[in-house]
Amino acid sequence: MSGLEELYKEIILDHYRNPRHRGELDCPPAHKTEGFNPLCGDEVSLTFLIEEGSIKELRIAGQGCSISQASASMMAAAIQEKSIEEVRDLTREFKAMMSIHEETMTNADQESASAAALTLGDLEALKGVVKFPVRIKCATLSWNTLLTGLDDLDT
Amino acid sequence: MTLPSDLKDRFPLLSQIVNGHEIVYLDSAASSQKPDCVIDAMNNYYETINANVHRGAYEIAAQATEEMEQARRRIASFIGCQSPHEVVFTKNATESFNLIARSWGGSNLSEGDAVLITDMEHHANIVPWQILSAEKGFEIRWLPLTPDGLLDLDQLDQLLDGVKMVSVTAMSNVLGTLNPVSEIAERAHAAGALVAVDGSQYVPHLPTDIQELQADLLCFTGHKMCGPTGIGVLWGREELLDSMPPFLGGGEMILDVRRDGFTPNELPHKFEAGTPPIAEIIGLGAAVDFLDSLGMENVRQHEIALTDYALRSLNDRYGDEIVIHGPSDPLQRGGVISLEYRDVHPHDLSQVLDQRGICIRAGHHCAKPLMKELGVVATSRASMYLYNDESDVDALVDSLESAGEMFAL
Repeated sequence: MSGLEELYKEIILDHYRNPRHRGELDCPPAHKTEGFNPLCGDEVSLTFLIEEGSIKELRIAGQGCSISQASASMMAAAIQEKSIEEVRDLTREFKAMMSIHEETMTNADQESASAAALTLGDLEALKGVVKFPVRIKCATLSWNTLLTGLDDLDT
Repeated sequence: MTLPSDLKDRFPLLSQIVNGHEIVYLDSAASSQKPDCVIDAMNNYYETINANVHRGAYEIAAQATEEMEQARRRIASFIGCQSPHEVVFTKNATESFNLIARSWGGSNLSEGDAVLITDMEHHANIVPWQILSAEKGFEIRWLPLTPDGLLDLDQLDQLLDGVKMVSVTAMSNVLGTLNPVSEIAERAHAAGALVAVDGSQYVPHLPTDIQELQADLLCFTGHKMCGPTGIGVLWGREELLDSMPPFLGGGEMILDVRRDGFTPNELPHKFEAGTPPIAEIIGLGAAVDFLDSLGMENVRQHEIALTDYALRSLNDRYGDEIVIHGPSDPLQRGGVISLEYRDVHPHDLSQVLDQRGICIRAGHHCAKPLMKELGVVATSRASMYLYNDESDVDALVDSLESAGEMFAL
């Protein structure tokens, strides 16, 4: 079962069993963004409050597997109070770790990704997911959903 | 008569070792494994008679054409059809439904009309109608389910008012429910509607007779019935198919092409544009021969017994910890078992099972409207076929517990 332990690290199971930042914020003033994993039907709904260019607060609703729920919970913990730019950098860094971003990664992306290298912290625990390619989409669901939400702010 | 006990030996893949365990394949509702005779028939085509069909006058081209048309005759006979030209080859059941919607629906449906489907349809029998409805403005109605996962036939007659087509699955790919197609067809015909049937889960598992089903159109796919991928079937009544315009245009489907237009070919070629998947058709012919040699009644009896064993084993061992969707009576269902175990997410459950070589499906099974009805986003689905036995069920039952220990909240 060594393969499984690599995927389901204790910290991942902890975030799955005790998810942080669950719930929904009132919109407005918060913004809402939703994501779906068409493979399994998992859904995530993020509500987040922007203050002075930073994510003041973010809440997670929806349902999914341990990987998607843990990744969302760890993401929420990692980005609270960070500026939108920092969140984008962290997202790039995380997706690079998930190695699905490599072909499209520009030099600028790589530079900012390495600048954020020290900030992944607990999120490194999700690295084992890469060895289970069908689960990568579970791990990146909440991150892609947040990116969409941030992009929507610009338009 | 029962099935031979050494049937697994006929399927090369089933002796594979996966993650250190002999494979336990419980995902035949998604795709079945292939017996040696199907693989051999396809190899033989490529090694000895590979040439395009219905064209060349030379020996191997004639042989390829004959093998392909022989396969069509055997597939027709497999579903009780006396007229092989009523058997149209498509890519899969999804393409068959798109053909029906685009060709029949495109020329028969407009605002004020309605198509009746059901709450347990696969996306293949939902989305083609939705695409067309957005263009034509007809209504799509849904026949609801009873709490035990059967179609609620009490609501059928009232929903049929104004309906031109009833498109219904013969067996649910999620619940396993076997639907009373002939009864639905009688009532639909009485109301002036045609009936299309999704036989994707039915034709591979039960004796199929189009006369008995009383349908006008039947869609099924090769890869779920021991055949290869890339080959599906649309059967239709001759006069109905004759009345429908071509679906895809190109080579093979024409009698004549002029600058000012074309004349479509006769059935079935009218609906078979381009070079067909010849090896796949020959492979599907070998698959129905294989199924015929076992006897579809024996296949059905085997699956009733195995489904009964699986339902009893799961319920005895796990009781309230497990929810199994669909009818509880094995006679009312096929060997498709969708379950929820404690609060373990299907993805996590199937991942743990995979470590033991057990293949099950986790997800929405291309039936999202049904998932919503059931109040879940996904289920874990174990589905059985003629090569499965009690040892496969035992492996599944034994492995659920370790997933529970890891993930139960």
